Amino acid sequence: MRPYLAILDSRCRMLLQYRVVALAGIVTQVFWGLLFTAMYRAFYHASKTAQPLNEGQVITYIWLGQAMLLLTFNRPDSELATMISSGAVAYELTRPVDLYNSWLARCAGTKAAPLVLRAIPILLLGGMFFGMATPVSVSAGVLFLISIILGLILAATITTLVTITMLWTISGEGMAALLPPLIYISSGMLIPLPLWPDWVKRIFDWLPFRGLIDTPFRVYLGDFHGIFAARAMAQQVIWILIIVMIGRVTLQRGLRRLVVQGG
Amino acid sequence: MLNSLKLYFRYIDLSLRGQMQYRASFIMRSTAQFLVTSMEFLALMALFQRFGQVRDWKMPEVAMLYGMISIAFAIAEAVARGFDVFPPLIRMGDFDRFLLRPRSTELQILGQELKPRLGRLIQGAIVLGFAFSTLSLKWTIAKVLLLICSILGGVCLFSGLFIIQAAMCFWTIESIEIVNCTTYGGVQAGQLPMSIYKPGMRIFFTYVVPIASVNYLPARIILGRSDALPAWLAPMGGVVFLVAALRIFQAGVRHYRSTGS
Repeated sequence: MRPYLAILDSRCRMLLQYRVVALAGIVTQVFWGLLFTAMYRAFYHASKTAQPLNEGQVITYIWLGQAMLLLTFNRPDSELATMISSGAVAYELTRPVDLYNSWLARCAGTKAAPLVLRAIPILLLGGMFFGMATPVSVSAGVLFLISIILGLILAATITTLVTITMLWTISGEGMAALLPPLIYISSGMLIPLPLWPDWVKRIFDWLPFRGLIDTPFRVYLGDFHGIFAARAMAQQVIWILIIVMIGRVTLQRGLRRLVVQGG
Repeated sequence: MLNSLKLYFRYIDLSLRGQMQYRASFIMRSTAQFLVTSMEFLALMALFQRFGQVRDWKMPEVAMLYGMISIAFAIAEAVARGFDVFPPLIRMGDFDRFLLRPRSTELQILGQELKPRLGRLIQGAIVLGFAFSTLSLKWTIAKVLLLICSILGGVCLFSGLFIIQAAMCFWTIESIEIVNCTTYGGVQAGQLPMSIYKPGMRIFFTYVVPIASVNYLPARIILGRSDALPAWLAPMGGVVFLVAALRIFQAGVRHYRSTGS
């Protein structure tokens, strides 16, 4: 476990250096948050029918989404991608650690540091000035923390898998190009998942991507509680295990046919 | 002038022919863009299905706003693409070469690349067509002209934003992502009636970055919601913005110190 934690730690430290990027990101995210919340307020203003989420819940969902946006980005790890295309990935093979675990730790670190750096200020601003509510209860808050960490791990396993597929495609086309729109739509980033028509919801329920942000957010809002929260979080864990398994098998296959160019 | 125009079309011809060497990749990109923008529109439709209307605006009316702004943005993204790929020229010091040639720098930058955004353009046109077919508007020649001028004004406005984004590199070397708030954010803001936003946001998108003047204000006339004279002239706001953006760019050129080679 030690070496993987060290990889995670060093990635976090490196990325914490980029504070200006984070600041620009925060301003952008708050701006988008204002645009989206204005839209939902106007929609709720026009209709008195009961909706799956009430206005306050949707506003909170939007701000949580702006804070956790990076969880839905799954571009391949850029340094590993360069290593794969340049052949330097051969060095990775010589290290006395499990390759999959070390890549997963790296991807998790690359995600965690900027995520925290962005999320905290946005959550504070959203909570203080823009109508974001606190978790419905203490237990919902605790479950949210667990669920968002599961979301982070899920995001890291997806990023790792996308990076591994580059052993085949090198250029990063294919899966890396196809996934972002799918995740954007089915994670809850485009619009909160409960607001889709029922038949769309039924499809998204079966995809892994709602585990990224939708599940934690609905736990936070109290929309998932008790047995429903447990089931949704179990689904997150199951998807993590499945994607880890697929990732490991893919990596093995990839390494077997890997040809490093140059000398 | 005529000579410059000829040169511009020569540039564009080269750029397009270059891109057509990768036809499959071009078609793939356009299709992907079409699908993503369509999904975004479907999400908006899903919200309308749920809520009926946004404030007092019905779905086809919003579809008209959406179509107008999408088309304008797609055209501007294609035409002003040269300014979008501008920052590396500054960082690498390649901009010096542009200054040596006996033609205007803006023309050379514009001519660098024209990247047709067919996906977004077609999607915007379909949405606009859907809006017009559902709305049964009373068209007059003046209104048709107003519609065309609004879209052209929008092209000017977004081009102006790309130019400002590029001009900022003269001072910062790196490109600044925050401008995306006004480009993509402007598209998002323009897709819905301005009346839903808080005063601060509304003032920003009316007087600072005049999205409303090329979209919301003329659209209200076309929809018969208003007949105020200033709104007829509103699309000029986009042109004024473009002129101001070019001024900023020229100031940037005067400020330019090469990063060396």
